[in-house]
Amino acid sequence: MSLASADSMMVRVGRYLKDNPVVPLLLFLFLLIGLLEIMRPGIVTPYRAGRDGIVSMFWVGNLIKFAIPLAMLAACQVLTMLTAGIDLSAGIVATVAAFVCATLSSIWGVAPATIIALLTGLLVGLVNGFGVGIVRVHPLIMTLGTGLITTGCLQVYQRLVINAGSEIPAFLAWLGTGRTLGLPNGLFLFMPFAVFILWLMRFTGFGRLLFALGSNEKATKLSGVRAWQVYLALYALSGLIAALAGLLYLGMIRQTSLSLANPLLLPSVAAAVIGGTSIFGGRGSFAGAVVGALIIRVLDTMLTLMQMPEGARTALFGAIILAVTAIYVRLTDTR
Amino acid sequence: MSDTVLLDAYGIAKSFGAVHALTNARLRVRAGEVVALMGANGAGKSTFIKIITGALKPGSGQVLIRGEEVRVGNPAQARKSGLVPVYQEPSLIPDLDVTDNLRLGDTPKESFRKWVEELGITDLNMSDTIGELPLATLRILDLARALASEPDVLLLDEMTAALPADLVERVLKVVRQQANEGMGVIYVSHRFNEILELCDTASVLRDGETVGDLTIEAGVEERAVELMLGQKIELGERKITTDLRAHSGNPRVKVRNLAIAPKVTGIDFDLYPGEVLGVVALEGQGQDELFDILAGFYPATSGLIEVNGKSMSFKHPADAIAAGLTLVPGNRADALLAQRSVRENIALPFSVRLPTWGALKLRHEKERVQFAIDKLQIDTRAEGEVQRLSGGNQQKVTIGRWLATGVETLLLFDPTRGIDVRTKRQIYPLVRELAAKGASVLFYTSELDEVSLACDRAIVIFNGQIIDVIDAKDADEQTLMRAAYGLTSREGVA
Amino acid sequence: MSDVIRKNAWVAGLVALLAVLLVVTKLIQPTFGVSGLESIARAALPFAFATAGMAVVVIVGGIDLSVASMMAVCAVAAAVLMERMAGVPALLIVLALGLVMGFLNGALIVLTRVPDIVVTLAMLFVWEGVALLILETPGGAASDWLEQSIRGSFLVPGIPNALVVTIICVAVVWLPIRRSKLGLSIYATGSDELAAFRSGVAIGPTKILAYSLCGVLCAFGGLSLAALTGIGEPVPGPYLLASVAAVVLGGVVLGGGRGSLLGPLIAVYILRIIRTILTLLAFDPNVTTIIEGVIMVGVVMLGTAAMMRGAQQ
Repeated sequence: MSLASADSMMVRVGRYLKDNPVVPLLLFLFLLIGLLEIMRPGIVTPYRAGRDGIVSMFWVGNLIKFAIPLAMLAACQVLTMLTAGIDLSAGIVATVAAFVCATLSSIWGVAPATIIALLTGLLVGLVNGFGVGIVRVHPLIMTLGTGLITTGCLQVYQRLVINAGSEIPAFLAWLGTGRTLGLPNGLFLFMPFAVFILWLMRFTGFGRLLFALGSNEKATKLSGVRAWQVYLALYALSGLIAALAGLLYLGMIRQTSLSLANPLLLPSVAAAVIGGTSIFGGRGSFAGAVVGALIIRVLDTMLTLMQMPEGARTALFGAIILAVTAIYVRLTDTR
Repeated sequence: MSDTVLLDAYGIAKSFGAVHALTNARLRVRAGEVVALMGANGAGKSTFIKIITGALKPGSGQVLIRGEEVRVGNPAQARKSGLVPVYQEPSLIPDLDVTDNLRLGDTPKESFRKWVEELGITDLNMSDTIGELPLATLRILDLARALASEPDVLLLDEMTAALPADLVERVLKVVRQQANEGMGVIYVSHRFNEILELCDTASVLRDGETVGDLTIEAGVEERAVELMLGQKIELGERKITTDLRAHSGNPRVKVRNLAIAPKVTGIDFDLYPGEVLGVVALEGQGQDELFDILAGFYPATSGLIEVNGKSMSFKHPADAIAAGLTLVPGNRADALLAQRSVRENIALPFSVRLPTWGALKLRHEKERVQFAIDKLQIDTRAEGEVQRLSGGNQQKVTIGRWLATGVETLLLFDPTRGIDVRTKRQIYPLVRELAAKGASVLFYTSELDEVSLACDRAIVIFNGQIIDVIDAKDADEQTLMRAAYGLTSREGVA
Repeated sequence: MSDVIRKNAWVAGLVALLAVLLVVTKLIQPTFGVSGLESIARAALPFAFATAGMAVVVIVGGIDLSVASMMAVCAVAAAVLMERMAGVPALLIVLALGLVMGFLNGALIVLTRVPDIVVTLAMLFVWEGVALLILETPGGAASDWLEQSIRGSFLVPGIPNALVVTIICVAVVWLPIRRSKLGLSIYATGSDELAAFRSGVAIGPTKILAYSLCGVLCAFGGLSLAALTGIGEPVPGPYLLASVAAVVLGGVVLGGGRGSLLGPLIAVYILRIIRTILTLLAFDPNVTTIIEGVIMVGVVMLGTAAMMRGAQQ
């Protein structure tokens, strides 16, 4: 039987967007940057000097610097959303990891502190994985719950170590605030990280399973996949990534706080969704999420310039997530 | 039977994408007439029913009730126009009690209670929660509710399927009575004895087309079976192979007394290496459960499964796959990752076990995937998205998955349902070839002519048991159809 | 009669548990009395309304993640309005606001066909943003009579005002609907959407109604927040997880179709008393939060496991 040849324009556009989300996203990003330049001439670059003028390196570097932790948390969302899940504990895990690392560094030294910080992320992730994979609680509720419990634990922990000082490990500060050749040092961490995530999604059996579970869990069961194993590993990994992002963010902000990375959670979800990852599972792109993170940073700058209050920003992100998801539902409604 | 036409459906056609479910179906019900709607599996009955009751819009054609066109999508409206269906699945709300259900549907209480008693249920408590009542009771309640709304035309879909004999009798009596008083009835059923007792005429669907209207009289069964089978247009190799493998050696899979409530009461058969064993059954005789159990989705409640001489108990499909049993399910949607590529679909089993979670062995995978694609002649690149393929190619992908992994015992559940002829012709020789190379194939099909084309033997399941085993050389459609309807008089079990 | 007892066994169990916990409290703190009950009832107010709203939505087969945000919007709206106008009109406007928010949630779910979890997750942020737009920092002022209405026990002697107010408000919203055909439609939709459709229930409008009711109940919740603190705070409180846990503990199955609002409300008080007991035992308040969180997650896990087991049978 011949395949449907009379696809409407909408369907074709939708299909293209689905398959290649990065290209139109990059276009959109540059459009936004252009708008930003118009709003505040000179912030990006004097146009005749080209993109690589001295002034622009500062702005570009800043853009990238703050987009990195956002992109890392977005990785947590992309990976979990592939299986139709989500990780709402990522922000708190990042905060906890940062806090633990800073406080323990002054007591036990940098290396043990860093390792323990990463392990806390792993632990929370395992609890999430247990709830989602074995008890089959909805990931949204499960990660919400562990997030709240973790917040409580953080507050208790804070009281325990209230007398110890805090020390930002030097290498984190270097990663977070230093620059090499005008670009933030965070890239030394982020580039290998991004390569790893991209490799994981595209070239490993684990990545295949993530896409498969989100696409049709029944079909994976039929093929012999024991889903709980994958979920356990997935959320553990997500916790680990969140902890890592928290450490980097600590190096950037260079201050301990009980809500350090929490404001990054919602934008990380938005970045993943904008980047073409479907919240229903089976489809996603980390490259898209990275561009999504950049877009969000630019949007944020624009909103700050327009003196939009924080409330508008939050509401806007929510509306974006809903709109993008609704559009994707429309476009993929050939099921 | 008067001459007033209550329901008139004609020229009904409906396609789902590339699949033509109905091409030219029609039905006419007169006041006081009970029409049996018959057809083999996949003939288009359920689609036709959905169109008549207004749940689906026909591609072309019209459905008129008392001269007025039925509007789609609104069961309440269809009911107002006088047609009331009683579906196979109970339409009562499980968590509400009987009284609340009646309130919800605006059903007159007194009338309802009267019907319930007439139909043989005397101990109904109106505050019983629906979810706690037995299935047979629920079906009667559904019927009572339908009758209480005083329909012009009543549609009964497999009404007696879950009923004990005494309730069946009551139902038939009541329905006949109502028909005598002028109600029209559409009776969808496989059971000839009931049709003979209850119906005035029978309308037969085959391959989406109404092929005949018969008057119910003695001997109508044979004519009905003939119509349901028809003259197949498929010329060419009537038998792909004529050699019957003599079964030496031990069976690869041995099944004894397999049972699971309520559908499977005791299934026994052997499956030998190098054999294609057909499974023939009407809808819902227990074949779904049999395949699910063999594939490892859930364990049977009793009975024995032996693979290569070892007793097995599968708790998860992974166990079954480890024992060499792989399933190609009846519903493609259950087996396919629609948004993913052909390659990912076919290569899925490669990544199942923990050690395989790391880097993909791309070259090996490419080889195996291409092997499957070539073998099955799948009409696409390996990178294409599966949901954009035609039904036939999609089905090939589900088979290709096991081809690439390696086949020991293949469980094929109605693999050619809704597939174009060309693809079907490609699947049969493939199945024979797999068997020739030593695989065992359990092949359930709703298309009876496939048995002689692809199988060595066939087992017939009826009411949850094997009632017949037929060799390929005896497996003409007539014999198989009669066996499937339980009309066989042979005593023969594996 | 035994039928009635059997059907309400779960709620009866909860009542028994509540009684036991009260006794335990009395044992730990012999001076625990009316004022203790009053403070528990007051603290439970926002939780009770959030839970009631969540229960309605869960019964229809959905979920609403934005309850805490809607409450925040209503709290700040109340605080801002009551600073400038008379109490009663302000109250009515806030209730209408809750209705509109809930209605929007439901309408978006039905019209966009995006799953309820995703829509209400997005709306969680939208409403949070709206709350911040109304009041960037805590401020405003609740009417005096509002604050007084939940103190003491003068409405019905011996029973804390807060409890009376809770019961009356929830009853006013829910009881008229519950036994009506609309209420039946809500239960039917949650129980078996296809059967409900076949029985003539208008699924879309039914769902929208359920979410609207949730919005109104959240408006009451927001008002109670304003009454408790005297001002409006734009940051959503921990009511989401708490309400889901209370709903599950209260016998409302997460799949929908079963349960009532009574069970979850009793569960709210049970959870509050547990917190009181922990506080009386001189647990660090943060540890109490952790224990509460663990209990809530545990309850949700058990509730989910039970639902899956039920679905398999």
